[in-house]
Amino acid sequence: MSAVTSGWLLYGGIPLVGLIAPFVFPDYTFQIAVLWVMILFAQTWDVLGGQMGYNSLGNILFFGAGMYISAVVQIAVVYDVGEYTSAFGAIRVDFTPGQYYLGLALGTLFAGLGGIVLAVLLGLCFLGMRGPYFAIGTLGMALAAGEFVSTVQFLGGGGGISMPVFPGDPGVRSKFFYFSCFLLAVLAFATVRWLYGGRFGLAINAIRDDEDKAEAMGLHTMRYKIVAWTVAAFFLGMSGALYGNMIGFIEPLEVAFPTTTFGIFMVAMCLLGGKGTLWGPVLGATLFHVVKEVTWTHLLGWQWVALGAIIIVNIVFFQQGILGWARERWPARFGVVVDRRGAGERQGERAR
Amino acid sequence: MTGVIEVRGVSKAFGGVVANRDISLTVADGAITGLIGPNGSGKTTLFNSIVGYHPIDGGEVFFEGREISKLKVQQIARLGLLRTFQQTRIYKAMNCVENMEISVSQRRDGFIDMFARPDHAVIDKAEAMLEFVGLYEKRHLISGELSFGQQKLLEFAMALMNEPRVLLLDEPTAGINPTLINGLIDRLLSANADLGITLFVIEHNMRVIMNLAQHIYCLAHGELLASGGPEEIQEDQRVIDAYLGAH
Repeated sequence: MSAVTSGWLLYGGIPLVGLIAPFVFPDYTFQIAVLWVMILFAQTWDVLGGQMGYNSLGNILFFGAGMYISAVVQIAVVYDVGEYTSAFGAIRVDFTPGQYYLGLALGTLFAGLGGIVLAVLLGLCFLGMRGPYFAIGTLGMALAAGEFVSTVQFLGGGGGISMPVFPGDPGVRSKFFYFSCFLLAVLAFATVRWLYGGRFGLAINAIRDDEDKAEAMGLHTMRYKIVAWTVAAFFLGMSGALYGNMIGFIEPLEVAFPTTTFGIFMVAMCLLGGKGTLWGPVLGATLFHVVKEVTWTHLLGWQWVALGAIIIVNIVFFQQGILGWARERWPARFGVVVDRRGAGERQGERAR
Repeated sequence: MTGVIEVRGVSKAFGGVVANRDISLTVADGAITGLIGPNGSGKTTLFNSIVGYHPIDGGEVFFEGREISKLKVQQIARLGLLRTFQQTRIYKAMNCVENMEISVSQRRDGFIDMFARPDHAVIDKAEAMLEFVGLYEKRHLISGELSFGQQKLLEFAMALMNEPRVLLLDEPTAGINPTLINGLIDRLLSANADLGITLFVIEHNMRVIMNLAQHIYCLAHGELLASGGPEEIQEDQRVIDAYLGAH
């Protein structure tokens, strides 16, 4: 299979599958919509974790923040937010289709923008840390965010918020959210692909390989790091807005800031597919999600064992992930040039 | 005498160990200046102090008449004062051309330049520079796979790609095959003469530094021991004693 054919298969085939999937498998529309969100999770995590070498364990914060920002904006379009949230769903506010879609559009937009603002502020605090300090710092950040939101009565506290009800029948609703998630995942993919193709990609790779060297060469390292995080946060924020509306009910610990599930899945999916590659996160997310859902449905009780086993096999036997392993095995397919001379010959060049 | 770099009374201590004590020296514009001294005499610490790698305890550093002692590494690098590392540092998971592409000067870069598309002029220049150091054939290889000496050459090429005013080289010939060293000396001289880059070089290989530098400073135990032309330094009894351990 030539590179051109495989390119056509990937860039033509996947969007096509995405477009027809809800019509071919109507029963799985919700699950496939979640798959697109998972792909977005993995792809945005990889911007920092894979390409830049900053392993964030707290990216879920932007997802949850986006969810809550969107909820507040959507309610505020027609109603008093404090009254709405303190009623815990007891008052049913009827949104006209116009109000609903306006609220959702504004809410999603503000969720993305809020993600950017948060990423800049948090980036200034956390992106000065390196290695394990950054990982643990961001983990604490996400856990704290969930606990913090639980205490804010204005946001419904630990009781959560019932999201505005979709003005249409369930079949339309599921397809609407399916295509929203699909579109967002494709946008996120296209954006990071474009970014990796230019100086931005080279710069964050340079930061991953040797940040001190990048600084010594005069690179605006902090600027690159913050922008990388804002890209991830922008898409995570919007995905949070859509996911919250798709679920219909949001609460801080399990839905909005699920640090120990979605927050860790992001990392596991990238490691599985191959971090630091463009398609690795897509592949990893797909495999991970399918295994998760199949075991959840058919082997209930064993799903955590299955996921744990995947992670262990991944870490112990192929740390590079599937695509990373394939790239080592068939470098030419991935455009990597290798020195074909023997190691002994190269040794001869080595000094003294 | 005023030079492109003026170091005035710089001191730096790590805990109780004084690595640099009250050092003053001048790097003449357009020239090649050498810095020698036994192991542990504080040469690399002085380089680190000049490029802002750590805060200095006392003294001042001037670059083109501007005080840079308080600036950060990146800011100093963007002014055109660049250094290479003793332990060669390159971007090991990227290929040679990519290493070169990301080494272009960021001096005048605005926010939007972060998203610049690949530029053919830059790639052509990168390949020309790789040709200059003799790595053209290897340009598409992952740089981490190169031999140590080749990585050293790549790092030198990356520094040239940045078009610095002054380049601080920390042991450019350490670990390089003796037959390649002559080629490297020619390239250093050519970078100085043809590209107009002022060089400030730490070197242990006496043959190299005596052929290269017009003016040499010698450090010992963190203090400036002697300075002068190559012949002067070679005959200086204090320098000979320092190297033989009499000091």
